[in-house]
Amino acid sequence: MANAVQAGNSLWREKASEFAADRMAMFGLVLFVLIVLAALGAPWLSPQNPYDLSQLDVLDARLPPGSPAADGGHYLLGSDEQGRDLLSAILYGLRISLGVGVVSTLIAVTLGLLVGLLAAYKGGRWDSVIMRVVDIQLSFPAILIALILLAVLGQGIGKIIAALVTVQWAYYARTVRGAALAEKNKDYITAAQGLGLSAGRIVLRHLLPNCLPPLIVVASVQVAHAIALEATLSFLGLGLPITEPSLGLLIANGYQYLLSGKYWVSFFPGVALLLTIVSINLVADQLRDVLNPRLAK
Amino acid sequence: MLAFLLRRLTQSLLVLLAMSVLVFVGVYLIGNPVDILISSQADQTERDRAIVALGLDKPLWAQYGNFVLGAVTGDLGRSFAHGVPALELILNRMPATLELAFVAMLLAVGIGIPLGLIAGLRPNGVIGKTIMAGSILGFSLPTFWVGLMLIMLFAVFLGWLPSNGRGETREIFGVGWSFLTADGWSHLILPAVNLALFKLSLLIRLTRAGVREALAMDYVKFARAKGLSASRIVGVHVLKNIMIPIVTVIGLEFGSVVAFAVVTESVFAWPGMGKLLIDSINVLDRPVIVAYLLIIVSLFVFINLLVDLAYSALDPRVRLGDVGAH
Repeated sequence: MANAVQAGNSLWREKASEFAADRMAMFGLVLFVLIVLAALGAPWLSPQNPYDLSQLDVLDARLPPGSPAADGGHYLLGSDEQGRDLLSAILYGLRISLGVGVVSTLIAVTLGLLVGLLAAYKGGRWDSVIMRVVDIQLSFPAILIALILLAVLGQGIGKIIAALVTVQWAYYARTVRGAALAEKNKDYITAAQGLGLSAGRIVLRHLLPNCLPPLIVVASVQVAHAIALEATLSFLGLGLPITEPSLGLLIANGYQYLLSGKYWVSFFPGVALLLTIVSINLVADQLRDVLNPRLAK
Repeated sequence: MLAFLLRRLTQSLLVLLAMSVLVFVGVYLIGNPVDILISSQADQTERDRAIVALGLDKPLWAQYGNFVLGAVTGDLGRSFAHGVPALELILNRMPATLELAFVAMLLAVGIGIPLGLIAGLRPNGVIGKTIMAGSILGFSLPTFWVGLMLIMLFAVFLGWLPSNGRGETREIFGVGWSFLTADGWSHLILPAVNLALFKLSLLIRLTRAGVREALAMDYVKFARAKGLSASRIVGVHVLKNIMIPIVTVIGLEFGSVVAFAVVTESVFAWPGMGKLLIDSINVLDRPVIVAYLLIIVSLFVFINLLVDLAYSALDPRVRLGDVGAH
């Protein structure tokens, strides 16, 4: 048993060093960690609390980047239509965008994992019903399903998380089922069944860990999709309410000033969004190469 | 073949029926359209009359029954907001969306596959790495933000291209098309590039992955051993084999391009059916929302069928009739 655990650890360590071999991927990882730290540290890092109306000065509205502020500081990235420091608004917006993306992905992964394992292990009618639902859902683009759900549900942070979970779970269910079906007939599962272990133990302790690599790859890509989708929906006015401005909403706010050349209100939140998604995609890209058995050397 | 088509058609009809129930019930739960459509000064009798006129006084199942009866005869209800049949409203907007989607898809295929081929053949070269870095960027750029940046650069700062609308159109068979006039093209190109970007990156990555896997296969090694030229190996053997997943994706992604046009149309004020959907959601125009969804679902079902047929034509191992046999 101890040997097996050790072998498992060294496999992960081997994969980690394989991952680190790619400079772009490491750059993505470092960038992502920095972005997460910036989002977590927003209350201490940002020059201003963008939600505290007493700190805002309407006379400072729509100032270009680098303009001096009334309180002696500078609007490094300019200010928006309410005289809000854009850098502060972006840091706080990042918290919401990342939070919504990560939470919805975690819920969807859990749901998809359970459903996928159920379909693979039970087989038969369970499998065909679940997979039929998955297939039908996946034949429609995520944005369409999310649009309709939000049209029905209305705005709010819980509702957009519900929409993002609904959109994502099917990907995980299909991935896990595929992996579990491939693993199910291998000797170690037969051996575990021969030992008389309970179904729950076999599924959770033996089957599940071996289904994780493909799940991790899909989830890493999906987090980025979820963040982008939330931003898109908020931009269309169907996502988060104005009281919880995510990056998408900040970009939407700047839309009307864009045509008069005041680019920064839309530009900088978009750059923050882009950097977040790029960093996740760089990591995901390398994860796929490292964890794909078909490309293993 | 006939059996396959029949089975697929029955299955498609079931999906359509299930979707129509889900959407109808879901959309029915959204707010009360009467509040939006009737002025707040209207008295109770006026409200009641409007509710009866819109058919909102009947129970849900009766409304759904009426809807299905109408749908079978091509009547998807009358738009609350515009007062014209919802189907007509959407069909009027459809050419604009299809035009945008086609041009975007052509751009994505025409640029994506050659770039993916280059990146797959030279995975470690500078050009290959640059193409892949570019595709990650294209994959990561949020569509709506790219749209804004395109407007900012080409419409506001450079002033080269217009920022919204379809421009001048010319009619064929009573439908106006932008791609027939120079002014139309100047309006079309920015939204099309915007919509193409994501699919372009997808095709680059898909082609590259296919080429990389194919190059390691025995048949490629064998072709090399036979002394075939590199261009023949790539052009005939590799390309033919990787085209199967690529054609599938092109087909499937066309539907997703039509759906994603919702975003691009909103950014560029392109008068297609995606913009109509967003406008309809904002005013709770139920018949239009439901009709849009049924049309989109039908479109997807149709596309999936075409993809399956194309699949069987490209891959002789696929025998459509034997799906249930093994």
